[in-house]
Amino acid sequence: MYRDDSEKMNQKLLGLNGDEAAAYAIKQVNPEVVAAYPITPQTIIVERFSEYVANGLVDSEFVAVESEHSALSACVGASATGARAYTATAANGLALMWEILYIASGMRQPIIMSIANRALSGPLNIHNDHSDSMGARDSGWIQIYCENCQEVYDSHITAWRIAENINVQLPIMICFDGFTISHTMENVFTLNDEIVQNFIGKRVFPKITGHLGETDLRLNPTCPITMGAMDLQDYYFEHKVQQHEALLNSLEVIESVENEFSEITGREYGLIQSYMMEDADVALIGMGSVMGTTKYVVDQLRSNGIKVGLIKIRCYRPFPKEKLVKAISNCKVIGIIEKSLSFGSVGSPLYQDIKTVLYDYEKKPLIIGYVHGLGGRDTSPENLKQIFQDLLKIDNLTKKIGNQQYIGLRE
Amino acid sequence: MSELTLKNLSKKPDLICPGARLCSGCDETIIVRLVLKATRGPTIVTNATGCLEVATTSFPYTAWDLPWIHSAFENTAATASGIEAAIKAMKKRKEGPLSNFENIDVLAFAGDGGTYDIGFQALSGAIERGHDFTYILLDNEAYMNTGIQRSGATPFSASTTTSPAGKIFLGKTENKKPLDEIIIAHALPYFATINAAWPLDVIKKTRKGIDINGPTFLHAIVPCSRGWRFPPEKTIEISRLAVQTCIFPLYEVNNYKGKTTYELSSPSLSIAKRPETKKTVEEYLKQQGRFSHLFKPEINKEYLKQIQETVDLKWSILLDKCGI
Amino acid sequence: MSKLKKKSELEPGAIPFKSSKEYETGDWGITYPKIDYNKCTKCTLCHFFCPEGAINVREDGYTEVDYRYCKGCGICSHECPVKCIEMIVKK
Ligand code: SF4
Ligand code: SF4
Repeated sequence: MYRDDSEKMNQKLLGLNGDEAAAYAIKQVNPEVVAAYPITPQTIIVERFSEYVANGLVDSEFVAVESEHSALSACVGASATGARAYTATAANGLALMWEILYIASGMRQPIIMSIANRALSGPLNIHNDHSDSMGARDSGWIQIYCENCQEVYDSHITAWRIAENINVQLPIMICFDGFTISHTMENVFTLNDEIVQNFIGKRVFPKITGHLGETDLRLNPTCPITMGAMDLQDYYFEHKVQQHEALLNSLEVIESVENEFSEITGREYGLIQSYMMEDADVALIGMGSVMGTTKYVVDQLRSNGIKVGLIKIRCYRPFPKEKLVKAISNCKVIGIIEKSLSFGSVGSPLYQDIKTVLYDYEKKPLIIGYVHGLGGRDTSPENLKQIFQDLLKIDNLTKKIGNQQYIGLRE
Repeated sequence: MSELTLKNLSKKPDLICPGARLCSGCDETIIVRLVLKATRGPTIVTNATGCLEVATTSFPYTAWDLPWIHSAFENTAATASGIEAAIKAMKKRKEGPLSNFENIDVLAFAGDGGTYDIGFQALSGAIERGHDFTYILLDNEAYMNTGIQRSGATPFSASTTTSPAGKIFLGKTENKKPLDEIIIAHALPYFATINAAWPLDVIKKTRKGIDINGPTFLHAIVPCSRGWRFPPEKTIEISRLAVQTCIFPLYEVNNYKGKTTYELSSPSLSIAKRPETKKTVEEYLKQQGRFSHLFKPEINKEYLKQIQETVDLKWSILLDKCGI
Repeated sequence: MSKLKKKSELEPGAIPFKSSKEYETGDWGITYPKIDYNKCTKCTLCHFFCPEGAINVREDGYTEVDYRYCKGCGICSHECPVKCIEMIVKK
């Protein structure tokens, strides 16, 4: 992970859980406005940040709103006024924000939001799966899924540069598994405040021409603009495609910002992370904390000479199509493991995306979709090993192909 | 800034331009023009979804010559919170172009649907948090932009498309929500009712609202010729009648160091002093098509009596609060 | 109808680039107001009551209707304290 010890030495090792790692990074970013509402398992972020405010460690305006809908609305107002704005939520809180998710991206506001992924009600469940953020995959936000607390910390710093890039100007959701990451303490290498500040720099604004002349895309009495106009048949379509293109532009930007970040930290992420894929016959693809467990299982199987690998999708929106196709080009069988269920659909979201992408390619691996971990159910190394073993015997299982499988479900 | 007189203000250029697509005779832009005449300098406006928003910002056109943002229907006060927090943070840090202004005032416009109903929670939260902004409620007593559906602000017996006057139910069966009392109960520093028939009163109260630190609230009655069904030239006349009948009294509430004081504004104060000048509710109701079922085929004496009694009671309670 | 901008010509954020002043509503109405300057007292009330902002106050203190925007609602005529604004039916 680190090229030499000096990189590590510049960094302070702290014991932080995922929520604390997010809060700590945001403290160092010191955005002008933080507006948030508490919801399990995101609460620690809000609590820590409130402490930073109370102790003068940040000079952000903390708006303790009365709902998540207002949290994101306040962020839209703040961001439109030119502030860096941050919020955090989970599950039902994200659901309550739904309307404003589309407004934030449609208005091209580079807001940063943490999601401590949690199962959506009903029935009520406070534990982890991806049903909350998966539903928001088409809302025009960049979605980054983290595997551990270090990645949570780092992503909360790089996100600002990505979101605010002139060719992007879009909000970002940084997703990490509720409890599994949010409440689990890990060693996290942290940068000093000055390095973080230098890295993120000042927010930049696109130049636009409003009805009163050329100005920055922000509310400023010197040259007023109108934001959030009514946009009907004549222009809405063009604006939406423009937004879609900006989201696709972010693929390149994410890579370049993260490369720059790795120069300082020695930590590299990328849009996807492949492990042991060069000669893998069988691979698992998934997102979030389960990929750490998968890596452990891959190592075990590899030590027995079994050619397996994994791909972690880190950037889910925009979908890193090219990178993925390249990474699986030698693979014969793929299992896609997901913590969300797309009711009544042909498969879960990631499964749908990957199958769609591969339709255009000649070399198509066999693909099986697995749903696991709904409502926080544990996915053990044994479960994952079993999947690998099933996939290795795929020729005998062909009848089962096409059907979604459930891991650990009592049928 | 020169003194607030009609003569001086008539020279102040409008910050909302002509060319908006509201119905002919709409009271909303009268109020908005007056409110914007009261601005004291750099101002940012946020606007709820509704007639005013759609009719003034039909892309690629806009009528607003000040920074303006619409985000959604129910979140105007939350959006204002974010704007205000951003200004505060930037000024504190002395960073960015906005920190150069000594003051930037924040105004929020929303209709009755966006205030009494769907935006109520966000508004209550923003007032409780004490953000420095002025909220202007444009109350035309129904969801006009979607086609005259009843809201929490629709008065008793008014016929709307979702409380139609039929054979069994004669318009809305419930009373108007006592929003003023609820807002005042938040102990915010300043609350006032405003009415376009008294332009200088609107401007002076708005200026007061802007000058005072913290959340301030202006409740404007906004007759709607389409929804209330009267000819457009009568907009101001009907608006005036709302005050003359004491259906919509003009008053101010100041809250200073925990002490709440009510004060009648001069149009209502003169009625308090000379009760014989108070007009009957009938004079107001009979001019409006939304109440025509109370007069045709025959006069519904029972309903008129009930409405009059409600108005009288509320008026006497207000007089009490004003110490009259 | 002017040519609509293409996607590539539009800037991010859907920010209006024209003032509503370019959208003249003067043809909406069927009547228009005419001020009798012999009777006008320069009270300027019509300026404050016009929903369109279509009544401006001149240097000499008299008000003047901007017919490019007047929607003919009749409020100015109805409210003029000396009744010196007449609504005239358009031909
Ligand atoms: S309201 Fe009548 S008197 Fe007053 S300025 Fe207008 S035209 Fe003149
Ligand atoms: S008729 Fe209506 S729109 Fe025309 S000038 Fe008079 S008040 Fe304004």
